[in-house]
Amino acid sequence: MFSETIELRGHIIDSLILPKVLDQILTNGGNFKITEVQIGRKRADQSFARIEVSTETGEALDELILRLRQQGAEVLERANAQVAAAPADGVFPPEFYVTTNQQTFVRFGGKEIEVTPAIINSAIAVDRKRGRARAIKFFDVKKGDEIVVGHQGIRVVPVQRATTHTDPFQFINNIVDAEEPKSAIIREIAEELRRVRGARGKIAVVAGPAIVRTGGGGHLVRLIEGGCIHRLFAGNAFAAYDVEHAFFGTSLGLDPDVAIPRGGHENHLRAINAIREVGGIAAAVREKVLTSGIMHACVEHDVDIVLIGAVGDEGPIPGVTTDVIECEKILRTKLRDVTHVMLLATLRYSLALGAFLTNNVKTVCVDIDPPAVERAVERQPLQSIGLVTDVEPFLRELADCLSRSKVSW
Amino acid sequence: MRELLLCPPDYYGIEYEINPWMSVARGAETAIVQEQWKQLHARLSRFCKVHLIAPQPQLPDMVFTANAGLTVGRRFIPSNFRHKERAGEQPFFAKWMEQHGYEVDWLPEKLYFEGEGDALFGNDVLFCGYKFRSDIQSHRAIAEMLGCLAISVELVDPRFYHLDTCFCPLPDGGGFWFPNAFDEYGQRAIREHMTDLIDVAPEEAMHFSCNAVVIDRDIVLPEGAPQLVTELQERGYRCQALPMTEFIKAGGACKCLTMFMPQREKA
Repeated sequence: MFSETIELRGHIIDSLILPKVLDQILTNGGNFKITEVQIGRKRADQSFARIEVSTETGEALDELILRLRQQGAEVLERANAQVAAAPADGVFPPEFYVTTNQQTFVRFGGKEIEVTPAIINSAIAVDRKRGRARAIKFFDVKKGDEIVVGHQGIRVVPVQRATTHTDPFQFINNIVDAEEPKSAIIREIAEELRRVRGARGKIAVVAGPAIVRTGGGGHLVRLIEGGCIHRLFAGNAFAAYDVEHAFFGTSLGLDPDVAIPRGGHENHLRAINAIREVGGIAAAVREKVLTSGIMHACVEHDVDIVLIGAVGDEGPIPGVTTDVIECEKILRTKLRDVTHVMLLATLRYSLALGAFLTNNVKTVCVDIDPPAVERAVERQPLQSIGLVTDVEPFLRELADCLSRSKVSW
Repeated sequence: MRELLLCPPDYYGIEYEINPWMSVARGAETAIVQEQWKQLHARLSRFCKVHLIAPQPQLPDMVFTANAGLTVGRRFIPSNFRHKERAGEQPFFAKWMEQHGYEVDWLPEKLYFEGEGDALFGNDVLFCGYKFRSDIQSHRAIAEMLGCLAISVELVDPRFYHLDTCFCPLPDGGGFWFPNAFDEYGQRAIREHMTDLIDVAPEEAMHFSCNAVVIDRDIVLPEGAPQLVTELQERGYRCQALPMTEFIKAGGACKCLTMFMPQREKA
């Protein structure tokens, strides 16, 4: 939403200017909120109204304000945002403004510039010549960059709750706990995924090792084969568990199909070694060393795999990014076009990715641990569904729903 | 006796086009111009004391003195003309009024206001037209200066670009007007503050019949409005219709050629 505050003064009641202005706002597709009215008491007394005018687009607002100016509306001058130079590379000036993940505008020279991307816990760097405002992390900032400080001249527009039942993300109770039924919600999610695919949205999965350990890998493969996942984010462990399962039928030495230990940790390390030997996952698929599992399905179906490293990773598997700053840069780039994210059984990576999600990305978070779900959805209360459940039954039911669909994937 | 300000049409002509009536290809006939203006002058002189301001070369529209400003009591608020072609008239009118003992009260320069052309008292209300020539913001400033109720009405037909081309209040609280020249809000606002309004037919409005000078029961208006004249006579007014063809070519007639000094003694 774009908005301006206007003021009307004069004999605006007797002249019917106030109702005319309100009518013009509505008939031109805008909305208004009267924030102050003072009606003159005596005949010659003038009246006053302060009105917040909002529209869907900046162009519509400009056009509307032009019309309203003809009716005597004066646009309230908002203060410009304040900036200070970054004192050194990687350091923001004191009092720098810290972003939320809501749509944000900064005002300079009477014009508002939208901050992109709308990601949380960043500072705002301004390029006034180009009329650009970027949310940046510590690693982005260079000495002398103009950074917004204080709160003046900043406008944050929270996501509005939908008023019609067209968006399950805004109508389903945020978190569905362990004791509540889930089938209906999973059907809604399946429906949403189908709709998104038709609308050419981008769906990402952030996958935790529990998917493989609980035996849910096969269902995720069905989703990948169905073409409803475009990008997969995971840690080294997830990939290692998956290839171990593909090679030996175990994950960390446990056969998820029969729940019997077979081979202990040896299998895990041998699997990693096999992938390292051949040079990586894609090479392993190409050379038919890796012929099944989630990683295999991703390579076969052109799903972009983004692997992020952590301390304690075995290997790591080639292709895992181990530099933390590099990881952040990759996440920011790879999440830019994503419209929907499924955070599956991994609190660590859910939170890491959440820092780069804009507020218009819809998220589904599935985890067996209630606090993990709460933490993952709290940043996007109107854009997320959280389910407290084991991930395997969730994936099974979701894949079943989608495979039953009459629409071809 | 009411006092009026007129300006002889010595330099009058269609030298530019700033309203839909004007066409430099269709100039005014000088001899007829003189004759029509003299008739008006003679007629108004019967009921009023008529003052004359000296016309100035290169200011052909100075003849339309209604646009010089607004006079209330001994205060004169000079116009801020929207078009540069007419802006040169302002200092001559202000100086003349000052020399004749009026206190000149200036509006802020950025507010366009075209005097009595867009500001007419009806009942105890100052009706003000806006959009084509005057800005609505000027009305607020004038209402503050005069301490009166100003009703702002939007003009929507460019042929009726000043309030006095489509609205004429009468001393009995009524008036005559061409409603289609206003938007619906303006029409409602006028109806709420006026009684007994006579709607002028479109074909008569096109003869500038609303552009009339009203002095008590005498009304001087352009020829071409027999229906309106009948209605006014039925209400007890004496009407004198004058030929105004050469001034209508510039988008003006009887009222445009006349400024009240003052329009009201008190706001």
